[in-house]
Formats: sequence, structure tokens, C-alpha cells
Amino acid sequence: MSCMKRFCHETRSHDRLHHTLSRRLRFLRLLLLKMAEERDPPALSGSAQTEGDEDLFVSAMESPEAARLPAEDTSPSSNGPKAEPMLLDDDPDDLFAEATEEVSLDSPERQPILSDGPSPAITPVTPVMISPRVDMFDRSPDQDEDEEENRDTFDIQISVSDPEKVGDGMNAYMVYKVSTKTSLSIFSRDEVSVKRRFSDFLGLHSKLASKYMHIGYIVPPAPEKSIVGMTKVKVGKEDLSSVEFVEKRRSALERYLLRTVKHPALLKDPDVLQFLESSELPRAVSTQALSGAGILRMVNKAADAVNKMTIKMNESDAWFEEKQQQFENLDVQLRKLHASVESLVCHRKELSVNTASFAKSAAMLGNSEDHTALSRALSQLAEVEEKIDQLHQDQAFADFYLFSELLGDYVRLITAVKGVFDQRMKTWAKWQDAQMMLQRKREAEAKLQYANKPDKLQQAKDEIKEEIEEWEGKVQQGERDFEQISKNIRREVGRFEKDRVKDFKVVIIKYLESLVHTQQQLIKYWEAFLPEAKAIA
Amino acid sequence: MMEGSSAEEALSVSASSIRITDVTQDGDVLTFAIASQKLDSSAGVCVFRIYEDFDWLQQSLFSQENLPGLQGIIFPPLPSKALTSQSNTQTKALKQLGFLALGQDWQSYCKAMEFYLQQVAAHPTLCKCTALDSFLINYESPGKQRGRKGIFNRLSQAVEEMRKESHKDVDNFFQNERNKNTNLAALSKVATEKLLDVVMTEQKLALACGHFSTSLHLCVNQDDAAAVAFSKVCLKLSDVIEAVKQNFEKVASNSLSTLGLGLDLESRYQEAEKEMLFRRTCKLIELETVKKSTEKAKGNKREAMEAFQKAVEKEFNLISSVAKQEIERFHSSRVNVLKNFLIGWCELQLNTAKEFAEFYSQHLEACRNMYSE
Repeated sequence: MSCMKRFCHETRSHDRLHHTLSRRLRFLRLLLLKMAEERDPPALSGSAQTEGDEDLFVSAMESPEAARLPAEDTSPSSNGPKAEPMLLDDDPDDLFAEATEEVSLDSPERQPILSDGPSPAITPVTPVMISPRVDMFDRSPDQDEDEEENRDTFDIQISVSDPEKVGDGMNAYMVYKVSTKTSLSIFSRDEVSVKRRFSDFLGLHSKLASKYMHIGYIVPPAPEKSIVGMTKVKVGKEDLSSVEFVEKRRSALERYLLRTVKHPALLKDPDVLQFLESSELPRAVSTQALSGAGILRMVNKAADAVNKMTIKMNESDAWFEEKQQQFENLDVQLRKLHASVESLVCHRKELSVNTASFAKSAAMLGNSEDHTALSRALSQLAEVEEKIDQLHQDQAFADFYLFSELLGDYVRLITAVKGVFDQRMKTWAKWQDAQMMLQRKREAEAKLQYANKPDKLQQAKDEIKEEIEEWEGKVQQGERDFEQISKNIRREVGRFEKDRVKDFKVVIIKYLESLVHTQQQLIKYWEAFLPEAKAIA
Repeated sequence: MMEGSSAEEALSVSASSIRITDVTQDGDVLTFAIASQKLDSSAGVCVFRIYEDFDWLQQSLFSQENLPGLQGIIFPPLPSKALTSQSNTQTKALKQLGFLALGQDWQSYCKAMEFYLQQVAAHPTLCKCTALDSFLINYESPGKQRGRKGIFNRLSQAVEEMRKESHKDVDNFFQNERNKNTNLAALSKVATEKLLDVVMTEQKLALACGHFSTSLHLCVNQDDAAAVAFSKVCLKLSDVIEAVKQNFEKVASNSLSTLGLGLDLESRYQEAEKEMLFRRTCKLIELETVKKSTEKAKGNKREAMEAFQKAVEKEFNLISSVAKQEIERFHSSRVNVLKNFLIGWCELQLNTAKEFAEFYSQHLEACRNMYSE
């Protein structure tokens, strides 16, 4: 937001910066705490989370075809930590680890990057498994959903806090403390804190996307990267805009995690659990654009785009067509709303600057005034205006974090939803391809009846029979996969829509609370000023 | 004591009853309806005037004859002519008129013109000017008599004038007053501009809220149950944002109609005082120049010069004594004026804050009840 940058470059001292920011945080957190007290959890801060599709991110393994659909793998192989290769080469890569290009809302690069290799996807019918905690997982995703509905309390709280800069210069990075408090038994402890850096979050998202997107789960997108923001932080610029950048990122990371664990299947995912609990996490590298993996990704992306254009799906289910259209519309609407709010936040900041300026001029007028009572009143006026300036800043802060970020999160989330619909199309295409292959094999078999070379005939016939069996199996699997993903998507969309309503409701209430608070402060200030004005002459 | 003022020429209407009740725009011309109450009866008078008539009045005041010491009067400042034609953008209007360009239908501008008339009518000397009376009660507009230019022109920024402006005074009282006035004139101008910036931004915010609210309305659709639920939420938010918009509009118009007008008036009055002090300073320079010439003159010339010098000196002293009175009157009245504007502003803003606190609270309660599951 250029507005933010422009109006944030004020000449304030470093201390006052942090004081200002922490005061604003306190203000917003007070509201949030009040909210939390008055209703049951989820006391979700910052409301909705998003699907930020980080296309330039691949976890550890270098292997081809980032968008492979390994649906054949029905065995729940462990996708836990031990499969991660240790690509821990640090410094040369760090330069780009978190500092790739600014990804705007309109960035065309909004396809999910799917993890390769060691986290093979699990087929939908088999629940997510991990050896030590089998008992929790013998249930279908449908059951999970019902249970979530019945649960009164969603008993997990996650906070991301204490950003710390590690290292110097261009190799520096920020580390955040991730604290989890929960009574759920899938966690080994009630409370745990770990340190994570931004690329760790991206790594988590990549793994989850590769595991679940192709079966139709809407995986919340990770927060966006930002070269400009991070470079400033690395370089050590301690001005208001870098402080705000770090806070913005911290908040986004927190919302991301909360949204992720809200998903009943993702909550139990071993990668998620490891992320939240393990003190050591293997470095997620290959997140940069210019690696071999990066080039490969771009090639695959292009291939995907071509595929999308050429897949003409015969939609037998009107629901999907309608829903896709709805999401297209929603996307457009949300983007418009987001733009409106950005303009609002910008003007609010401008108002704050102008109010401060007016306060100064009133103070100077008061100082030059001979008449004592008038002079005092003018000085009081200046003070009132300064306080109002603070109110404006707080309100701008609230506007931003309540609305702008919420809308931004949802725009990114919708992209993930669209991605899931695309996956369904791919699944359908795969099924159709299998059917076509089967057809061909059958035709080949029929042809063999009229072939000439009898000695080779039997061998060929056997081969063909085998292949036909193979492809019949694939066709059946393809159909099953398609049905499953369709079912999953329906459920996911239902959950998404419910969550959306909930998130917006929460935001409205928080916003109203901030408005009431501001007005009550104003009343106090004006009531204090009135006697001063009346006391003149 | 003013000489030459005829006691029988008094204003026939009550100064405090003067109101501009209406303004109409026909093409480029603004016509003001001015009402006032006659002193000797309960009858009211209403006349119609255009800007040029006001200008004529001001020029008439400047060019009154047989009023020695006239130059020592702080003349109530007349607002500039409003740029009314379509080709003038708001930025131009703002530059020219500041606060007076804002507000619906020239409200602020009319208020300022009204103040002007009230202040002229309340001035102990100026109220006796026949031009004022005929301005206020004659059906015919005085326009036919245009053409007499006053002896005073607006203070230009010619280098020579600036040099004169800083000419050292012979009287401490006046030197102090000039210094203070220079300071206050500059500061109040800045304060007015800064407040104007604040009000403009508040209006921009109102506009932005309006857009946001409208966009939310466009999110409504009835496709299915989920869409309906979401639409309800969007509509609710739209209402809230609409309220925020009205809040800003109210706050801006409160400032506009009270403190904005007040600071604008203060700023222009400081300029008017500056002009008076400058006139006196010019007279002082003239006197000093004449004194020097007189000293150099010889013989008959010297006598003539001495007589001339005496006349100038007398004029100067008259101006100074009138000026002193004017300054004291100005000091006490401006404090009162500012006080009233400050109180008015504070009360309006307080009421608005209470009104919207109540409104938002109600909305909040309603939402909490609606949304508690």
C-alpha cells in the first residue's frame, strides 16, 4: 500500500514508534480479549485466513512433476519427518528465501506449489495416518466433520508472537514464536512453544497442498512473500513501515495457522503437528524462484495452463457449475471491497496526519495569544486534537486489520477454492483418459482376432488381456477418485461458506466495538474541553 | 473623539437583526436576500443584493469624506467574490475562499457575508454611513452609483510596501501591536488552512465510506441459503459503514459551521488590522519625510512647509488615536467571537459524538443478539 508507506514516513523517534505500535496492539487486543471473554472460542484473532498460493515454493525434494497425482499410492506411507532429506545449506540460499517478488492480489502466479516426493498423497478413502497415534484416526473425513459440528469448544489456541531478527545484513531473517495451547489429545503437551521462520510456514503449506488439494480439500494459503518489506527489515531500517510490515506479517501468520487447524483433517495432519510441536524443523529450502526446481515449476505451470484450456468437461452436476460461477462473482466482489477498504485506510491515515498538523498550529496560536483564558483554551484545543489524532490512528489500525486483511485473506482463499475445482477437472480428465485407453486396448484386442502371425498371436493376446485388466482397474479408480473429490468439494464448500459467514460476523462485531470505543473517548475529550471554552473572558 | 460625525445619521435598523435569509444562483450571479428589523417599528425589511453591491458598500465606507482619522479604522473585511461559474474547479474555489467555498449551497459564504454586514452595522462610526442604510433598506440596488473607488487598495506585496511595513514606529504601543499582529495574522492563517485540510479529509473519508457501503450492497445475492446468510451480513456491514459515513459528514460540517468560520473570520480580521496599521505607518513615513524636507526648506517655503507639516501631524495623531480605540475594541470583540465559535464547535461535536455512540451501541447490541449462536 503506497498510502501506508507514504504516510508512515513520519519523523518519529524509534521509541515512540514501538510505543505507538504496541499501544495500537494493546487497543486491538483489548477488543479481542473482550470478545473472547464474552463468547466461546474460537477466539480467532484477525478473523479469516486465506489461501495464499505460493507457487514459488517446493519443499525439500528435487523431483519432476510438481503437479503429479500419485493417486495409485493407496498405502498410508509415513509422511512424517523422517522422509525429509536434509537440505540444510544455508547462506547462499537465504538471500532469496523470503525475498522473492511481491505477490499482489492480482498476481497471475497464484497456483499452489505442490510438494514433491516424500509426502506422497494419501487417497481420500484412507484416513490420514501416522504410526504413534493411530487411535484418533480411524474415521472418515465425514465423521470428522460431524464431530466438529457437535463439539462446543474448538479447544486450541495458537499465537504467533515475538518477532526476532536473526543474523545480519542480507542473510538476516525474522523468527517468530509459535505458541500452542490446547487440551486436544493429539498433541503431546498442553502448551508448547516453538520458533519458526517464514519459510517454515511456506513449507508447511506446500506439504499440505500437495497432500490434500488433489482430493478436494481447501488448504488455507500461506501469507504472501514480500521482497520490499523483508529487504527493509534485513537492512535494519527501523522505521515505522518496517515495524508495521513485521506486525502485518506476524498477524497474517497467526491467522494462517488458526485457519489451518480449523480444518478437521488438517488439524490432525502430522506435518501440522510437527510444525506446532517440534523444536527442530528441517529447513524448507527450494523456495526461491531461480533454482532448478523453480524453473521446473514454471514449466509445469505452463503445462497446467494449457491443460486447463483444453479440458472441456462434461459437467453432469449443475451444482459445480453454479458454484464455480458464484465463486467467480464473489472473487470480483471481494476484490472491489478490498480496494474500497484500502482507500478508506489510506484516508484515515491522512486524517491523522492532518489532525496532528492542525493541533500543532493551534498550539502555536495559543502560545502567541495574549489573552490568558483564550490562550489556555487554544492550548487545550491543541491537546484535544492530538488525542483525536491518536484515535484516528487506532481506528485506521482497526480498519486495516479487521477489514483489509480479512478481505485480502478471502480473495486468496477463493483462489485456493478455484484450484480445488480445477483439481476435480483434472481428476475427471484422468478418468476420461483411462477410459479412452481402455477403449483402445479393447479395439487392439479385437484387431488381434484377425491378425496373421499365429505364433505371436497368443503372446500378444495375453499381453493385451493384461493391459485391458490394468486399464479397467484404472478406469474404476478414476471414477472413484472423481466421485470422492466431488464429494469432498461439496463438503469443503459448505464448510467454507459457513466459516465465511462466521468470520464476517465476528469482524462486524469487533468493528462496532471499536467504533463505540472511539466515540466514547471523543465524548470524554469534548466534555473536558467545553468548560475551558466557556471559561474564556 | 471622532469629529465630523453627524449624530443624526444613524442606522435605521437593528444591527443584530441583519440576516441573509436566502441565496439564489442564476448562471454566474449570486443574489442574496437580506432581512433586517427596523428600529422604530416592528416592521421587517428585505432587500436583494449581488456581490457588486457589497463591494460598492465597502468602497463607500472607504471613501467617506469629512471623517478625519478614517484611516485608523479597522474596516470589517469583506469576503472575496465567489467564483461561481462552472469552469472553476473546487481547488480554485478553495484557494480563493478557503472555508467559505465549502458547505451546501453557499451556506458558509452567506454566513460570512452576514457577519460582515453585522459588523459594519455594529461599528460606532461606520454604522452612520448613509451608504449602509440605503444598502439595507432601499429596494433599488445601489448599483447605479458604482464607480467611486475608495482611497484604499488592497495591500499588495510590492517590495516597497514590505519595506514600509517594517518601518520602525515612534510609539511602543503601536510597535508592539504591529509585531503581535504580524505574528497572529500568519498563525491564524496557517491554523485556518490546517483545519480546512482536516475537514476536506473528513469529507473524503465520507465519500470512501459511501463507496465501501455501496460495494457491500452489490454483494447481495439470493442463490442459495449460504449466499443469503452471507448477504445478510454484508447488508448489516453496509448499514454500519453508511453510519460511519454520516458520522464523518456531521463532524466535518460541525467544524465548518463553527470553528472553520471562526478561524476564517479571525484570520481575515487580523489582515484588516494589518492594513490599518500599514496605513498609519505610511502616514508616519510621510510625516517623517515632510519633517526632513521642512528642516531643509528656507524662507517662505519653510513657512508653507511648516504649515503643511502641522496638518500632516494633526492627521497622523488623529489616525493614531482612532487606531488605539479600534485596537482595543478589536481585542475584546475578537476574544468574544472566538469564544462563541469554540463553544459552539465543542457543543456540536459533543452532541454528534453522543448521537453516534448511541447509534453504534444499538447496532452492536443488535448484532450480538442476532449472531449469538
